[in-house]
Amino acid sequence: MAGELVSPTPALRGSARRTAALRLLRRRLIQAVPLMLGVVIINFCLIQMAPGSFLELMTAENQVSDPATVALLRKTYGLDDPVWMQLLKYIWALLHFDFGFSYRQNMPVIQAIWIHLPATVLLMVSSIALAVSIGVAAGVVASMKVRTFWDSLVSIAAMFFYAAPSFWLGIMMIVLFSVKLGWLPVGGMMKIGGASSGTWAGVLDILRHLILPTLALGLFYAAIYTRVMRSSMLEVAQLDFVRTARAKGLSRNKVTIHHVLRNALLPVVTILGVQMGTVLAGSVVIESVFSWPGVGSLLFDSVSSRNYPVVLSIMVLGSLVVIAANIAVDLIYMWLDPRIEIR
Amino acid sequence: MSGQALPLEITDLRTTLFTRRGEMKAVDGLSLSVGAGETVALVGESGCGKSLSALSVMRLLPDPPARIVGGQVKLNGRDIVPLPEEAMLGIRGKEIGMIFQDPISSLNPVTTVEKQIVEVLMTHTELGRGQARVRAHELLELVGMPDAARRLDAYPHQLSGGMCQRVVIAMAIACSPSVLIADEPTTALDVTVQAQVLALLKKLQADAGMAMIFITHDLGVVAETADRVVVMYAGRKVEEASVDELFENPLHPYTVGLIGATPTPGAERAERLADIPGMVPPLNALPQGCAFAPRCKRVMDRCLTEKPALTVPGPGRLVACFAAQGG
Repeated sequence: MAGELVSPTPALRGSARRTAALRLLRRRLIQAVPLMLGVVIINFCLIQMAPGSFLELMTAENQVSDPATVALLRKTYGLDDPVWMQLLKYIWALLHFDFGFSYRQNMPVIQAIWIHLPATVLLMVSSIALAVSIGVAAGVVASMKVRTFWDSLVSIAAMFFYAAPSFWLGIMMIVLFSVKLGWLPVGGMMKIGGASSGTWAGVLDILRHLILPTLALGLFYAAIYTRVMRSSMLEVAQLDFVRTARAKGLSRNKVTIHHVLRNALLPVVTILGVQMGTVLAGSVVIESVFSWPGVGSLLFDSVSSRNYPVVLSIMVLGSLVVIAANIAVDLIYMWLDPRIEIR
Repeated sequence: MSGQALPLEITDLRTTLFTRRGEMKAVDGLSLSVGAGETVALVGESGCGKSLSALSVMRLLPDPPARIVGGQVKLNGRDIVPLPEEAMLGIRGKEIGMIFQDPISSLNPVTTVEKQIVEVLMTHTELGRGQARVRAHELLELVGMPDAARRLDAYPHQLSGGMCQRVVIAMAIACSPSVLIADEPTTALDVTVQAQVLALLKKLQADAGMAMIFITHDLGVVAETADRVVVMYAGRKVEEASVDELFENPLHPYTVGLIGATPTPGAERAERLADIPGMVPPLNALPQGCAFAPRCKRVMDRCLTEKPALTVPGPGRLVACFAAQGG
C-alpha cells in the first residue's frame, strides 16, 4: 500500500542472522583480549601480596636448609627478578601457552589442570542443567498455579535452597543419604577398586557419585531461576500479545508454552551468563566437601601449599571459561530474541 | 425481526469487578445487537466500560477481578455466557475475531508474522502447515501488506505500526468470523495510516458481511465507519441512534458534550472547544441518580435521586435521560 512507512530494517533471514552472530562473536573475542590481560595482572599482583611463598613451603617440607640450594632454587624459579619482570615473563610464557611447572605434582601446570578438568566440567554441566531445568519447570508451575498451594510450596522450597549455604546443604545430604540411609556414596568420584570408567558399570558408579554434589551445587541456582522464572512468566502473561494469543482461541497451555515461556526465558539466560563465574567458585567449595577430584580441589590444595603457578593458572583459565560462557549466552540470547541485533 | 438469528445479540450484560474496594459494576445492563454487515460503534470516555464489554463478549475478562454476573451474549442465536472454557476456545478466533489497540505490542515479539498467522489457521481449520503458510501469504495480501511475501519472515519489531495492525487484522479474519470486534484499532496509529486501516476494515467487512463492533472514543472515526452508535457512560448505555441522527440531533447531554468536544475542520479558530466539566465518577462511588448528573448542564432535581431508564424518543433511537424526555 502506497504511503505506508517501509520498515527501517528489512527482515533478517537465516543467513543474515548467521552473519550477525559471527560479527558478534568476533567483537566479543576482541574485547576478551584486554579483559584477559587485566585478569592476569590483577591475579598476579594479588598473589604477590599474599604472605608466604611456595619456596618456603617447599624447602620446609623437604627439609632443605642449605642456603646454596635455596639460592639455586630461587634462581631457577626466577624469584630474584623484580616483580614487574616476573609479571612480564609470566605473560610472555602464557602467550606461548606455557603455564609453568607444578613442583607438587611434579608435572607441568597445564597437565595437572587437564587431569582434574573432566571432573569439574562434569559437575558444572550437570549442576547448571539441573538448575535450569528445575528452575524453569518450577517457575512455570508456580506461575500457572499462582497464589495456590503449589505456588506457595515452590516459593518456600526456593527460599530454603536459596538461603541454605551449599557446603552445609552438602554436609546435611551426606549425613542423610550416605551415612544414615546408605543410598549414595559419601564422596569421591569413583569407588576405589571399582569398575573402570570405560565400562557401563563404571559410568553408573560415577553417576551415583555425581548425584549429591550436583544437588548441593545446583539447587541454590535452581532456587534463583525458579524465582526469576516465576516473576518473569507472570510479567509476560500480562502483556498484550498474550491476550491476542488467547483471542485467537489457543488453549491456556498452548499460550503458556508458545507465547509466554520463550519471552519469559530471556532474564534467566541473562543471569545464567552472569553467574557462570559464581558456579565455578561454588564448585571449589563443593568439590572440597565431597572430595570431588576436580579443579576446585586442585585449587584448594594449591592455595594451602602456596603452589602459586597452579593457583594463577586456574584463575586465568577460569576467567577464560566465564568469558566463553558469556559469549555463548550472548549468542543464545540473539537466537531467542530476534529484537537483539549487534551492539 | 425475521427468524434468522443476528450474528451478535447482547442482552442485559452485567460485568462486575470484584475488588478489595468493593464491587464495581463495570458493565451494567448493556443490550446491543449487531446485524450481518453492520457496524455498531461503542463510544465513550476511558473507563466507561467499552473494552470490558468487548472482553465480556470474548469471555477474556481478567478473572479475578472481573466476572460476568448476568445477561446473555447470543452469537448466531446461541448464548455463549454459560459455555465452558473449552467451548470458547472453538469460538475465539473462529466465530469472533478481535483487533486490539496497540498493534505492535499485540504481536509476539519473538515469533515471525507467518508463524503467528499460521497458528490461528492450524487451531481452527483442517489445513496442514504447508497449506496454512500459503493461506497466511494470501491473508497478508488481502489486508494490503506491502511486499507480503517478504514480510512473512519478519518479526513484529521490523514492521511499522500500520503493518503490525494489518497482521493483527489478518489473524482476526483468518477463519472468516461472523463477528469482528475492533477495540480502538486506530488509536495508536498515525492519522494517514488510520484512514488506510479504517478503509481496509470497511472493505473486509463489506466483502465478508461481518458484523462489527467498533470501540472508539474518536467521534471522527465513528462518523466514518459506523452505521449505528451506542454511547456508554459509567457502564451503561445512555444513547443509541443511527450515525446520521446522532450527529444531527444528539439527545443525551453527554452525547452533546462529546460532539461539542470534537474539533470540526470548518469551525472558527476563535471558537473554543466545549469541554465536559469534571470526570467520569469512580465505579464504586456512583451517584444515586443518573451517573452523569454531577457533570450535566441540564441537571434537574429528579436526576439526583432516580436513575433514568432507556426510552424510545423516535424510531430506532434510545436515550436514558429525563431532560431529553422533556422532564
